[in-house]
Amino acid sequence: MGEMTNVYPTTSPEPARSDAPLIEATNLTKVYKMGETEVHALRGVSLRVWKGEMISVIGQSGSGKSTLLAILGALDVPTSGSYKLDGREVASMNDNQLAEIRNQRIGFVFQKFNLLARNTALANVALPLAYGGVPPREAKRRAAEMLTLVGLGDRLDHLPNQLSGGQQQRVAIARALVNQPSIILADEPTGNLDSATGKEIMNLFRTLHRERGITLIIVTHDPNIAAQSERIIRLKDGLIEYAAEVQTA
Amino acid sequence: MNFFRNFGIALDALLANKLRSGLTMLGIIIGVGSVVALLSIGNGVQQSINGQITSIGTNLVTVVPGQVRITAGPPTNQGIRAPTQTKPLTDADANAIRERVPNLLGVAPELTSNNVTVAFQREKILVTARGVTADYNRVRNLEVAQGRWFDGADDERASRVAILGSDAADALFGGLNPIGQTVRIGSAPFTVIGVTVPVGAGFAGNPDTSVFVPLQTAYRTISNARTASGARRVSVIYISALSSDDIPRVEREVTQVMRQQHAIREGAEDDFTVLTQQQFLNIAGSITGILTLFLGAIAGISLLVGGIGIMNIMLVSVTERTKEIGLRKAVGAKKRTILMQFLVETVTLSLIGGTFGILLGVGIALLVGASGIIATTVTLESILLAVTFSLAVGLFFGIYPANRAASLQPIEAVRYE
Repeated sequence: MGEMTNVYPTTSPEPARSDAPLIEATNLTKVYKMGETEVHALRGVSLRVWKGEMISVIGQSGSGKSTLLAILGALDVPTSGSYKLDGREVASMNDNQLAEIRNQRIGFVFQKFNLLARNTALANVALPLAYGGVPPREAKRRAAEMLTLVGLGDRLDHLPNQLSGGQQQRVAIARALVNQPSIILADEPTGNLDSATGKEIMNLFRTLHRERGITLIIVTHDPNIAAQSERIIRLKDGLIEYAAEVQTA
Repeated sequence: MNFFRNFGIALDALLANKLRSGLTMLGIIIGVGSVVALLSIGNGVQQSINGQITSIGTNLVTVVPGQVRITAGPPTNQGIRAPTQTKPLTDADANAIRERVPNLLGVAPELTSNNVTVAFQREKILVTARGVTADYNRVRNLEVAQGRWFDGADDERASRVAILGSDAADALFGGLNPIGQTVRIGSAPFTVIGVTVPVGAGFAGNPDTSVFVPLQTAYRTISNARTASGARRVSVIYISALSSDDIPRVEREVTQVMRQQHAIREGAEDDFTVLTQQQFLNIAGSITGILTLFLGAIAGISLLVGGIGIMNIMLVSVTERTKEIGLRKAVGAKKRTILMQFLVETVTLSLIGGTFGILLGVGIALLVGASGIIATTVTLESILLAVTFSLAVGLFFGIYPANRAASLQPIEAVRYE
């Protein structure tokens, strides 16, 4: 490791800030019905995230971290509890309102990139703009700008299968950024990449975070990734086991 | 997301899987093609039958003996019933009509004798001999290809002259010129003075296989045909009105004259029947209408099968693209946007299929028409019908898969492997 990091639990897992949090989740639960049995994926998670934070959510598979991310990303609604994003209650929104929130406020980065295989990098990045009603010409301009920002200015017309894994993830990051969302949610963003490429992607995230003040929540099981964020939240069995600020020496 | 953009996305998706899209379209192509082709065959048959009916004469009113009912009602009492009561028509009836019904193009009684032998040297054929008056050719639209038709004087003198139908002339004379030759009809010698232009079999017998002789000559040489009271019998009386608008009047007045001739009391039923071409056209129309409907229905079934094919493929496509749908939803696509995308896809599929289907159908219709087996007529209606139908099929069979796609939960769709 290049820099010396120390991770330990603190009793004050939230930064001391006086401004209103970007995300305010209170007592979130999520119950899935799998046939007869009920699966309690979240059992009461409360979480506040401020603008400009970079947070890691860690935990073993089945700990509820993906469910939490889905709810924070408005892909799913909690069974109970409250989720406020930018002061708006998301937990009680209907499908169309959720779609709008996803379109305008949230940028997703997935483990498997989830690019449309038949569309060029440019078209993939422009997709959220199209659904947001941005005119095609303007959408293309902004998509090209984002691709340039992630270092793919010369790959606009490439199809996903003409790009390396790292490049595909960069396209996905550009797509997540293009609508200037309040927050980027990344689900194991380096999980499908080799360690060198994974490092590049993390560097990109950190640069975006540092230079553009982008708020980031990264779900990962890799401690090295988690160590690069500012705050770590560890889930276990649907509850926050501990939350800690990362101390950088 | 405007329509053109949706259309573009749909076209992209369809082009991405060309073979499958093509095979799916094939169902619609065959369906629409068969609708267009079969309807055009139905229409062609209708027109050719109408043509045959009108070819038996212009503005023709026909009197036949006995009660013949022709209706175009429900199938149970449709068609032609056997005569209920018969009193033969006579030469005198024809003369009465000629004298007492004004403004006619012509009145042409005919005495029909079937299976009459006509011989020229060693050649012998069986024909229908028709004893007719001089204006028969005008009333029945018969034209003479060679020689001449006989005139009133020939009829009055009972001249032994004959006009051969085109097939009869061919059979007897082969390549020889029949004009001026002597043939034997029955046992009597006749001079051939004309040959008619071929017209083909129609609703009132086939003139091509007939021999026409003056009516008075026929009475003397072929069939004496006297009724019990001694009058000269005729088989049928053809009357030609001056215009089609005049047909109802002619029908009415002919009926009056005939009732007087046959001394039918007020309230009693006619013992003859006055038929107009319109009645034949109505019957033929209802029959060919059913035929066309039937053909259309058969073709419709294949269109239905094509539609089910579309639904099937779209359902597969929805499952296959679960991840794509999820991603689209994750980046902000609303339910109705996804619904539209898939609906536009099926409609595009069925409309492109429909377009090719019309080309196929018109092609088949032209081919069948050119082969000469059956006349075909491609109508605008049948094309519009096919387009509307294929559009409806696309919408109907597209809604279920599209709705399924739109209802996918984004979270499940994104996680789907």
